[in-house]
Amino acid sequence: MRLNFGPAAAAALIALVGSVASPAPVRAADVTLLNVSYDPTRELYAKFNELFAHEYQAQTGKSVEVKASHGGSGKQARSVIDGLDADVVTLALAYDIDAIADRGLIAPDWQKRLPDNSSPYTSTIVFLVRKGNPKGIKDWDDLVKPGIQVITPNPKTSGGARWNYLAGWAYALRKYGSEDKAKDYLAALFRNVPVLDTGARGSTITFTERGVGDVLLAWENEAFLSQRELGADKFDIVVPSLSILAEPPVAVVDKNVDRKGTRAAAEAYLKLLYSKEGQKLAAENFYRPRDPEIAAQYRDQFPKVDLVTIDDPIFGGWRKAQQTHFADGGVFDQIYSN
Amino acid sequence: MSETVLDPPMNAGAAALLPARRAGHVLPGFGLTMGLTLLWLGLVVLIPLAGLFLKTAELSPARILGILTATRTLNALKISFGLSLAAAALNLVFGAVIVWALTRYDFPGRRVLDALIDIPFALPTAVAGIALTTLYAENGWIGALLAPFGIKVAFTPLGILVALIFIGLPFVVRTVQPVLEDLDRDLEEAAATLGAGRWTTIRRIVLPAVFPAFLTGFALAFARAVGEYGSVIFIAGNLPNVSEIAPLLIVIRLEEFRYADATAIAATMLVAAFLLLFVINALQRWSQARTGRLS
Amino acid sequence: MKPESVHAEPAPVRRAVIAAAALVVGLFIVLPLVNVFAQALSKGWAAYASALVEPDALAAIELTLLVTALSVGLNAAMGLVMAWAITKFSFPGKSFLITLIDLPFSVSPVIAGLVFVLLFGAQGFFGGWLIDNGWKIIFAWPGITLATVFVTFPFVARELIPLMQEQGTAEEEAAVTLGADGWRVFTRVTLPNIRWALLYGVLLCNARAMGEFGAVSVVSGHVRGETNTIPLQVEILYNEYQFQASFAVASLLALLAIVTLLAKAALEARIGARHRGH
Repeated sequence: MRLNFGPAAAAALIALVGSVASPAPVRAADVTLLNVSYDPTRELYAKFNELFAHEYQAQTGKSVEVKASHGGSGKQARSVIDGLDADVVTLALAYDIDAIADRGLIAPDWQKRLPDNSSPYTSTIVFLVRKGNPKGIKDWDDLVKPGIQVITPNPKTSGGARWNYLAGWAYALRKYGSEDKAKDYLAALFRNVPVLDTGARGSTITFTERGVGDVLLAWENEAFLSQRELGADKFDIVVPSLSILAEPPVAVVDKNVDRKGTRAAAEAYLKLLYSKEGQKLAAENFYRPRDPEIAAQYRDQFPKVDLVTIDDPIFGGWRKAQQTHFADGGVFDQIYSN
Repeated sequence: MSETVLDPPMNAGAAALLPARRAGHVLPGFGLTMGLTLLWLGLVVLIPLAGLFLKTAELSPARILGILTATRTLNALKISFGLSLAAAALNLVFGAVIVWALTRYDFPGRRVLDALIDIPFALPTAVAGIALTTLYAENGWIGALLAPFGIKVAFTPLGILVALIFIGLPFVVRTVQPVLEDLDRDLEEAAATLGAGRWTTIRRIVLPAVFPAFLTGFALAFARAVGEYGSVIFIAGNLPNVSEIAPLLIVIRLEEFRYADATAIAATMLVAAFLLLFVINALQRWSQARTGRLS
Repeated sequence: MKPESVHAEPAPVRRAVIAAAALVVGLFIVLPLVNVFAQALSKGWAAYASALVEPDALAAIELTLLVTALSVGLNAAMGLVMAWAITKFSFPGKSFLITLIDLPFSVSPVIAGLVFVLLFGAQGFFGGWLIDNGWKIIFAWPGITLATVFVTFPFVARELIPLMQEQGTAEEEAAVTLGADGWRVFTRVTLPNIRWALLYGVLLCNARAMGEFGAVSVVSGHVRGETNTIPLQVEILYNEYQFQASFAVASLLALLAIVTLLAKAALEARIGARHRGH
């Protein structure tokens, strides 16, 4: 059999060139937004995007589709800096948005543009342990005991991991009274960490599905979600005596929305997070709502914790905390390379 | 890929037809095809790789040295290169057993076994990664069997080794198999006739003949394992200094905004890749010469 | 050569070697493959099917097909060009050129992704200009295609070069002597001689292109429904507790692997034992 390859090859090439030249898949929606977010918000924004599409259509008559990308907060910020076309960023902590702002993609005063430091919901850090708490883990002290395996993601790439770390720092500083001792505490803690994933979700999977470790340092919402998804009969949540008020912020990426002409939709998207419906959805997904009325409705869902904030003098805000602890040669590098 | 760099002997017919003339520019299209070749190679491979070195060159030598000698970098490189060596070495043993069974014995299912060897070539690394992780985790099919003995595979360096064995096995088998198949059995028979024991025959006749092919397979499996990412990251545990491979460290540095670190480590691995490739080419030529002489 | 047992080892040794071979292949190769399908079907066929028709999964399949078609098409066309240049003429530096073509094989996929981020990322050499002019390379299908083309670069060429070298240039030269032009020589003489090897290279290139993970992961941006290929979708589902769905999508790639192997076996029968391998 002699195949005649000439015409076939030519046809294939023409088809190829044709497919290169044709525009990207046609969009059904009038507006498309991209929300670049951190790891544990997958479930929240899957539902919120539907809510927004519905509300936006009702208000403006335009259909909108929201695409989402999730990953470790620091990693996601890097992607936006490298050109990921985000209309809005909804990250784990303010420094990651500051880093994007430093590259001129977001106005420097972004945090003042929306209420509550641009954080429509808050959360905190809790411990997830195996059912019945077999290792008797009650507070931060128990994490550094010999033989305890602690699961936390990598503070260099994950936002949740940085909140974990700072909550531990605050506890140790209060209990032992000096920065050196706090350093020793965290060094001991990280010696008990057998696996360091790049994002919060990776750590949760390691702990819950792969059965590694005795305790997972987790976002409160992530801990509740694990219980809901994988069964309350498998895990218990332990609330430590002191934790940190985590304020995951949101911002419109100015340079991108102005180029794409999507500012109105992007701003409406973030505004909806502060509405009653948005706050309710946040609460249903175990984020602590800011709205007092909704917060009151869901009061019983969230345990009472003594919370320190990032603006506390021991941290001095995110820029300082990032510089002191997580930059090259910072405290984390010192305790981790030892 | 084993045959790629081999130079099969010139077609005897062609040599007879054109005794004096070497393949010169008789055929049309040299300028066009060579131009396109260099353009394509340049655009897709060389310029992007040059960009990496250019970016690395922006750093001072001291900085590069600092990055490369940092404990975590050194450990990641040690883990990547060390475990790749170990996996390639184990694959030599596994490969030898498999090739011997495939080429020397007839047994039911031989052809199926033969075909299955290529699965790691065809199965995407991410799929291999999640499949191996699920298998070897403490609640997985194999992990559950090993757990009572206190052996943990998933999320330990042992897990990395398993993944690297998986991806490297076909390289050894497929490199050695054709050589062993082509090996002249008369030599073995002659040795047997002359009174050599089976083991002596294998050691003195077979082993020297297939040795270069084994070395080539080893080098190919090693080269592939050093750069492997997808199948490893799921099963590794990714603990710095313990189970963090160099490619993952590059990704982590990238995600931490530490471009200098990412590029310096990448450039180092790229140089290693270059060197390995030249070694592999040399080995393949040696293998070719050796088997050529024997047959 | 047919396996024979004239001068073979004693039966117990033989059986032990075969058993060991089967054990290694079973443990390291078959079990992972079986596990993919077992996990994919762990919640029944209905759950399996619904995981595959989920919109993000469909979008991932669509993107993967687009990227694969482009990469395989480009690499097949250029593989032919490169093989022609290398095997039909003699010139200095030939073996170095072959080494350069082989280079992407030994470069870590992660580095393959990284180099394109360095070139086309917003902080990269051309990134600023590209973004100002509205070109999206990184975090869009062109970047994913570029990274895929890079990692699959040698696959077609490396199948063609040894075969075309072996075949020499006599037939083509005869055709030229008879007055055929270059294109005619190529389509009438060369292509029919190498068509099975070409198909073989395309097959392997296709398998790798559809399954590439590391390089694509670095340049994708992981926007669901838009820049996720099938392997990335597998990872995302895996990270969302949707293990069964993750394995269901992964099973598509495992099926692809099996089909690739079957097609490969069929092709090898045609090409002959000399060009078995990869």
